[in-house]
Amino acid sequence: MSDNLIRVEVASERALIVYFEQELSTKLAAIISLFCQQLDQHRGALTLEVIPSYTSVLVQYSPFETDHFAIQKLISNVFEQLETQLGDTLNSSPTDLAENKAANVVELPVYYGDEVALDLERIALHHNLSKEQVIDIHCEQLYRVFAIGFAPGFGYLGEVDSRIAMPRLETPRMTVPKGAVAIADRQTAIYPAVSPGGWNIIGRCPIAMFNPATVPHMPFSVGDSVKFKAIDKVQFVELGGEL
Amino acid sequence: MTAVIANGFVVKQPGMLSLIQDAGRFGQHHLGLTEGGPADKNAFDWCHRLLENVNNETAIEVSIGGLILQSHCHTTGCITGANNVVKKNGKVLPLWQTFEIVPNDVIEFGYATTGVRNYFSVAGGFQMQPQFGSCATVVREGIGGINGKALTAGDNLATMSNKNKRVCSLAKSKQPKYLDAVQLRIVLGYQLDWFTNHQVQRFLNASYEVSKQWDRMGYRLSGAKISANKTAMYSEGIALGSVQIPADGQPIILLHDRQTIGGYPKIGTVLSLDLDRLTQCRQGAKITFESISIEQAHNALHLAKFNFENTSVVKANDVAGS
Repeated sequence: MSDNLIRVEVASERALIVYFEQELSTKLAAIISLFCQQLDQHRGALTLEVIPSYTSVLVQYSPFETDHFAIQKLISNVFEQLETQLGDTLNSSPTDLAENKAANVVELPVYYGDEVALDLERIALHHNLSKEQVIDIHCEQLYRVFAIGFAPGFGYLGEVDSRIAMPRLETPRMTVPKGAVAIADRQTAIYPAVSPGGWNIIGRCPIAMFNPATVPHMPFSVGDSVKFKAIDKVQFVELGGEL
Repeated sequence: MTAVIANGFVVKQPGMLSLIQDAGRFGQHHLGLTEGGPADKNAFDWCHRLLENVNNETAIEVSIGGLILQSHCHTTGCITGANNVVKKNGKVLPLWQTFEIVPNDVIEFGYATTGVRNYFSVAGGFQMQPQFGSCATVVREGIGGINGKALTAGDNLATMSNKNKRVCSLAKSKQPKYLDAVQLRIVLGYQLDWFTNHQVQRFLNASYEVSKQWDRMGYRLSGAKISANKTAMYSEGIALGSVQIPADGQPIILLHDRQTIGGYPKIGTVLSLDLDRLTQCRQGAKITFESISIEQAHNALHLAKFNFENTSVVKANDVAGS
């Protein structure tokens, strides 16, 4: 049974990646989160680094402690345990699993002005919408934090309404500004710091996404929900935003 | 007795890019923190082995060169890595060999002729507060090292005193050679069905050049364009050495400061041992790939570990520098 639900691939000399063969959903996000928790229990005996994302989990191990056969077996066992534990909920459509993790909703302000929304017009043209419509659609949706990675504090939020979805840039930008709010396919995110990046930039958020000196370090964690709120330039600057 | 000297070394000139590194930062992926750590692990490991450092001590990774340090401590140092002229008080120091350092010594790195990165450490390493479990500096994140930054003029590096040791060196024949044409072993398989067989063969037969975009995050290559069957995918965890193919078809090899999650298709993953040689390359170096299996990769890793452990260190009878 587990063979149909997960697919395990060699990702490197010291990593396997587990793909969950399901459509992206909040239920899947909850399954992945439980799977990672159970895998975490094998830490200690093994050096494991587990990176969950939308529909996958990257499992890194030490090739001097074990090998890909043993880790593959471990992954199957952990998944079988999870199946036993969850029973039918794994295959059924009800979202009890997702709902029992009551999502914390975080509202984040975004300034969508022309000087910061470098790709907004291109997205609008692509979809035959006005810029205002793109902004409205971006703000309407309640997003779930599916993964954190790429950079400290970078949350992958989904799913973006298909009416404003946009593929990544052909050649990533060498520099994306701190706070840039961006879209890639049906994902959206806020760049926590200046970095290279290939997402389409539609605005800027004045709130710090990562602060190593404060606890919590981030305004949200995996599983939380996020809603964007459009603000003007004055509010952006008042909230500490930098142009 | 050993004591910590707060200003064991003072940075007089930081050079192009000098970073405090330890073995890396692990278990912080939930915050999106990358692993960092030495770009050339082999040279880093040798630096510590020659110093008999065994507790994940720090070293300075000097990229290209130009670092000048002044000592305020009495210790033993060692420099490994790229071919570079490094002087102590104007006198050329042998690399891959420990040497004595006394107060007021000035250590001056030239600029690497072949290879890119040198590792400099001292007995007991440089003492600093780990951040998120490691001292590894990741400039992009502003984490680790001193205030999350590359070394700057005036920085103080704390050291342990009274750690004078015997001269240890690695025989010339055992030292790695840094070349500007490197063949990288790659484990294919990861998302391979996203590339046609023709594209995979094109990739394996191509000779690439390191483009002007090469850093600790990744090396972008230029050469034969590779196209993937698919461009839209959910972002997912990225393993060290992953070869990512963005829409422009030019491969990017992701390194220690890489993003932990990304969404470009990957054709395979470079063997970590070969990343040590890649990271000693700069713009214009020729890069080719050779496909190996996961089993060959594990064999190569175990063999390299065995060889590292069984390569004897040359120990002189006298103490360093005397």
